[in-house]
Amino acid sequence: MGISNIIFLVVFLVAITFFIRNLNRIIANIKLGRDIDRSDRSTDRWKNMFRVAVGQSKMTRRPVAGILHIILYLGFVIINIEVIEIIVDGVFGSHRFLSAILPFGLYNFLIGSFEILAILVLVACVIFLIRRNVVRIKRFRSKEMTSWPRTDANLILIFEILLMSAFLIMNATDALLFTSGASHYVTSFSNPISQYFQFMFMGMDTATLVAIERFTWWFHIIGVLGFMNYVLISKHLHIFFAFPSTYFANLNPLGQFSNLQSVTNEVKLMMDPNADPYAAPVADAAPPEQFGAKDATDLNWVQLLNAYSCTECGRCTDSCPANQTGKLLSPRKILMDTRDRITELADNKRKGKEDIKSLLGDYITAEELWACTSCNACTDACPIELDPLSIIMDMRRYLVMEQSAAPTELNMMFSNVENNGAPWQFPASDRLNWKNE
Amino acid sequence: MSELQVKTMAEFMAEGKEADILFWVGSAGSFDDRAKKITRAFVRIMNKANVNFGVLGTEESSSGDAAKRSGNEFLFQMQAMVNIEVMNGYNVKRIVTACPHSFNTLKNEYKGLGGNYKVQHHTEFIAELLAQGKLKVIGNLKGTKITYHDPCYLGRANNVYDIPRELIKSLGVDLVEMRRSKRKSFCCGAGGSQMFKEPENGAQDININRTQEALALKPDIIATGCPFCNTMMTDGVKTVDEGAAQVKDIAELIAENI
Repeated sequence: MGISNIIFLVVFLVAITFFIRNLNRIIANIKLGRDIDRSDRSTDRWKNMFRVAVGQSKMTRRPVAGILHIILYLGFVIINIEVIEIIVDGVFGSHRFLSAILPFGLYNFLIGSFEILAILVLVACVIFLIRRNVVRIKRFRSKEMTSWPRTDANLILIFEILLMSAFLIMNATDALLFTSGASHYVTSFSNPISQYFQFMFMGMDTATLVAIERFTWWFHIIGVLGFMNYVLISKHLHIFFAFPSTYFANLNPLGQFSNLQSVTNEVKLMMDPNADPYAAPVADAAPPEQFGAKDATDLNWVQLLNAYSCTECGRCTDSCPANQTGKLLSPRKILMDTRDRITELADNKRKGKEDIKSLLGDYITAEELWACTSCNACTDACPIELDPLSIIMDMRRYLVMEQSAAPTELNMMFSNVENNGAPWQFPASDRLNWKNE
Repeated sequence: MSELQVKTMAEFMAEGKEADILFWVGSAGSFDDRAKKITRAFVRIMNKANVNFGVLGTEESSSGDAAKRSGNEFLFQMQAMVNIEVMNGYNVKRIVTACPHSFNTLKNEYKGLGGNYKVQHHTEFIAELLAQGKLKVIGNLKGTKITYHDPCYLGRANNVYDIPRELIKSLGVDLVEMRRSKRKSFCCGAGGSQMFKEPENGAQDININRTQEALALKPDIIATGCPFCNTMMTDGVKTVDEGAAQVKDIAELIAENI
């Protein structure tokens, strides 16, 4: 084992350790949410995950972005097989160890497909960069897309472009070294794409070629390890969380909103003619549960998982009738705010810092919440079935049931329903008048 | 003119009979002047097909949809449980309603509170009557151009997209689609209790945006299947280009052509 293998092992272990630590933190943050039972219908859940996350079935509703995304997704999944080889080579000092254990044809096929995918990914990333920065597609530039979210998106794309370039240059120089008979470079492989990059390195001496090959090799693996860690502080977390989010997604009809159990208990008690109105509360009874959500911890863990899974594509906001007519509401912002708030809240808790903020008020305003028409365009548009609408509804519940802070007209509507059983002020006795009009 | 045959569930009970189906009229269908016409049109259809239906009449109360979507879960569940008690008292098994909001709430949200019914939107029910031969449509609207606005609580919320369209097509009309239709349909602006409040500040009212899209197709009629959508689109047409198109419920179109 040479010095470079030891360095590799250290870098690798440090990256993995950081990754696991930070991933565990995010999981702990998600567990700060209230409980919700999504353990039912496991067959349907697996099917949903395979169709929507693995199969990308909702992505192609917008064909350009959808097809480019599928290229990136396939590229990401398949090219990462190469990372296995890099890790083994890095630890044991071998060169392209897969070529030794796989049949020659299969290895060639693999490397050949990696190269084709790599160039496709590279092109897709360039198109994505153009869409974001030159074509300036509207949904990438709305209000909540402040400097960090925009930088984040661009960084990821540039990262991918650099990684793919490194991979192709590595192959190009490796093949040149093989042809020139340099020691250690003893594997021939199919290079359908990188052969066209070789001209840049023609005529270089062996030492330079080796230096470039090694540099791109290190760049590729450190890049991958760095990217893995970067993902945890980025919107890009969907590459992991899209799977659990679709598994735990709401499988009921979109129009079916949850019935709050805590309210059911109270209403049943109120309607029970045998209930003792003077009964003293049980001494050790738990304090009554707060209705609705004021802060991120009042949301359930699926909603928090959703918040971390959002990749800020903006399809929800782009289809939101309130947003598209200039209202303050943006479903994407609801998810981004939820994610930022639960992260902040958990960090403060971990550091023992005082925290006086809350999701409602400091992040999301009542005006945003009251702009929603509950039309489900956002939940339907989301490629991984995230549910910003349920967060909006839970926060409305807090505003109404804990703070009595509904808009005046809605308070009037409530009292009409309470008094005469209709949202308008008509006497219940007139309900059948239409029959004789 | 009281040519409508309508009996309440209480009247059925007094006669010792049971209705096959409960027609849930809904608050809009009971009190809103425009929606009452839809209610009457739907009753004419059911009378024509000799449907043995009853209404709750003064025993009906708000489904609680508006309260629930405003965040007043307490009021919603109060309404739901009272309604469920009344309906279970009449041994209700099947419900039909001309309001997608009641449809969604009764179908999806009452079952968790003890109300288990087969609930249909009136378009589904009318389609069934046609399929069973209990009703015949005279397709004499040839040359009429109609566009259909999907109510959110019928479409996206409950995946009913095709049946309303088939009913419209059965009239022999020219059905034209808006770019944002079916699952991509754009809300009329009334859902989530917006019906009962002023819209929040913005550049445009939602119903204007949607009406402009519909009117761009130059239809004779904008059809829909929801009393709230009807109000919003009617107001929209008045604002955008008064008289440019009629806004009608599918029940009205069918009732005029049987």
